[in-house]
Amino acid sequence: MRLLATLLLCLCIPLAWAAEANAPKLDTGKGGECVKDTQWMRKNHMHMLKHQRNETVRKGVRVEAEALKACVECHASTQDDSVTARADSFCVGCHRYAAVKIDCFECHASKRKEALANKDVK
Amino acid sequence: MSDINTQRRQFLKTSAGAAAIAIAPGMMLYQTAHGDTAAASSSVRWGMLIDTAQCKEGCNDCVNACNKENGLSGKTGVTDSQWIRKIEIKAVGSGHAVSLPMMCQHCEHPPCVDVCPTQASFKRADGIVLVDRHLCIGCRYCMMACPYKARSFVHETLEDQNPDVPRGKGTVEACSLCVHRIDKGQIPACAEACQNKAILFGDLNDANSEIYKKVRSVASVQIRADLRLNPGVRYQGL
Repeated sequence: MRLLATLLLCLCIPLAWAAEANAPKLDTGKGGECVKDTQWMRKNHMHMLKHQRNETVRKGVRVEAEALKACVECHASTQDDSVTARADSFCVGCHRYAAVKIDCFECHASKRKEALANKDVK
Repeated sequence: MSDINTQRRQFLKTSAGAAAIAIAPGMMLYQTAHGDTAAASSSVRWGMLIDTAQCKEGCNDCVNACNKENGLSGKTGVTDSQWIRKIEIKAVGSGHAVSLPMMCQHCEHPPCVDVCPTQASFKRADGIVLVDRHLCIGCRYCMMACPYKARSFVHETLEDQNPDVPRGKGTVEACSLCVHRIDKGQIPACAEACQNKAILFGDLNDANSEIYKKVRSVASVQIRADLRLNPGVRYQGL
């Protein structure tokens, strides 16, 4: 029993390392303290956003911290103010790696509000 | 008690503990979403009273404010989105001319909601009729059903939308009564922009609101009242 456990552990550790090494390097923008820890967000952000969007659109419950807008505010690149503009942008980086196509930004702004406001002035 | 049974009991205890922790994040998510931020209340009925005597012919301030607030192009072609339009009408016999803004009338019984096959078109608890673009498949039944021609379809890919007003190709949209502003405690952009204060916005159910008193003291009509949709937008001087 103990032998089996040791064997499993030996197999798992390099695997975990390998996964970490291959993981995409992201431009996390300003970053900062998120609503949840990174690992939780990686796994569950889609459920959170979907839950949040239904609450907001249909019932009018607006929790600013959980809005997609808030994600973009913190995580848009400090260089181009976008979460989708480059291959290592916050959303695109992982989604390309995981081969999951998202259509959030066909309607939602992928740039910081302040960047869009400045564009209007010019 | 055998040794195996003790181990089994221990295992069950540990797994129960792990399960409790695993549930916690989900619970937290639910609690935050139902925190202090209030949902739209059904005791409120948002509406507008438009005084056509104050609405100036040729003035487009409300339309421009709407376009700016919601990121519309401002073009008026057949495939361009228009959430609010200025209309000039003239009585054939007397020649009496009236200018008025026309937009989604936020009906109590909206036909657009009745016909929507995906329930994307819906009425919020506080009477605002909206399109949930996450569910909209772009079939445009609602555009056909609306007697006010209030809805538009987005034909082209859009970029750099206002973060507060997501809009996108392939979905239907209309005046949202500036729902993002209302939820912040502000009034719709058109009502704010009108220099002659022709658009009075407020809660039709609140006995202390200006609109409640005015609706009861001056004559106003609903457009196509014969359809008995009970629109939230009323017109004075028609």
